Amino acid sequence: MTAAVTVIDYGIGNIFSVTRALEHCGATVLLSGRPEDILAAPRLVLPGVGAFANGMDGLRSRGLVEPIRRYAASGRPLLGICLGMQMLFARSLEFGDHEGLALIPGIIAPIVAKAPDGAALKVPHIGWTPLERPPGCATWDATLLAGVREGENCYFVHSFTAVPERESSRLADATYGDCRISAAVREGNVWGCQFHPEKSGETGLRMVANFVRM
Amino acid sequence: MANVRLIARLDIKGPNLIKGIHLEGLRVIGDPQEHARRYYEQGADELLYIDIVASLYGRNNLRDIVSRAARDIFIPLTVGGGVRSVDDVRDLLRAGADKVAINTAAVNRPELVTEVSRAFGSQCMVLSIEAKKIAEGRWEVFTDNGRERTGRDVVEWARRGWELGAGEILLTSVDREGTRKGFDVELVEAVTAACAIPVIASGGMGTLEHVEEVCKRGRADAVAIADALHYRRMDIPQVREGMRGRGIPVRAVERSAEP
Repeated sequence: MTAAVTVIDYGIGNIFSVTRALEHCGATVLLSGRPEDILAAPRLVLPGVGAFANGMDGLRSRGLVEPIRRYAASGRPLLGICLGMQMLFARSLEFGDHEGLALIPGIIAPIVAKAPDGAALKVPHIGWTPLERPPGCATWDATLLAGVREGENCYFVHSFTAVPERESSRLADATYGDCRISAAVREGNVWGCQFHPEKSGETGLRMVANFVRM
Repeated sequence: MANVRLIARLDIKGPNLIKGIHLEGLRVIGDPQEHARRYYEQGADELLYIDIVASLYGRNNLRDIVSRAARDIFIPLTVGGGVRSVDDVRDLLRAGADKVAINTAAVNRPELVTEVSRAFGSQCMVLSIEAKKIAEGRWEVFTDNGRERTGRDVVEWARRGWELGAGEILLTSVDREGTRKGFDVELVEAVTAACAIPVIASGGMGTLEHVEEVCKRGRADAVAIADALHYRRMDIPQVREGMRGRGIPVRAVERSAEP
């Protein structure tokens, strides 16, 4: 039996790679931007790249905001990737102040990072950065990151980072200069990763496989 | 210092992976997919595909090659060659590319850089610059694989591209490309000093010392390697270990514990 995953198609982002990674890990994928498919999904992925406001507009114009919230309340697994993770939060300060899906308390703020010598680090933060287990997270066992070791690298590309209100929402962090980046988050059945698991080689595929088995 | 990315560069002509010198005198290396798979399995951080004769063969060629690659290669893919419009970018992203490199069309119409970064985010807008040295400390922007002059100064153009919304710069030294004589470190240094977006140094990699120089003195954020990999003079783990040994931060590649 193959596991079914619905990937939200709302006109934004490279959904081909996400789809391929899910299929590679044994999933059958339904690409859809229809509210009824989202409500009926056994597992749901919210991908996305680009600007926060555009992403939320894409969801709103398709009438997907409420269906995603209702889906999340059902207890079935939801995974937001990159912009998709950021949209799980309550608000973003990217070019203004925008409301998000508000499934995880916290905000999205610009990356401001300095190197030890005081020089400003480049933004966007692009590249492979090691994952760290935050102090408040006892173990990655039985989470999206099961089987991943601390220090394994994932591929990031972003100019803004989530700042969860609760320490307990943090599943993994990353360090960029003196900036603490929220690399992966969790709130019950709602998961998010700032990096691209579908572009993070074997480490990323492990997480995708974990999600498919949820 | 962030990890320096190791990028395998695949120049494409028609269905073939090719390699030239100074972007000319092309020689067929083989099937791009076979090489791409090998670099992925060796732990390349990214792959970069450039169709060097896109205008002759049409863009579909590159789109097919990329969608084939994206089927079972799970690292970032950057694609360039003959990209002229926001629609072209959308096509390539839909085919599985993560970023698009634009050279000639951006020179002809700089607003395209802004249009692409607004539509898809600056993270996928890579400004590709072909640079030729014209005097001490001065480089000119070329297009069409280093054949056409533009009269633009490389450092000014790079800074302008950053202001227009480019998220990254692919900087190819036409003088060094395919020569194995080392990167044009002064060029890379001048561009990294002028803009606050990542710069990929391309052209001239012959030895690990060359990589060390372009990372340390040139402050390159990423290095593109073609020749040395295609001709199997080196493999990715050798380059990675060599860099680590020279104090350059690189991604630690390891396999997860089996479940």
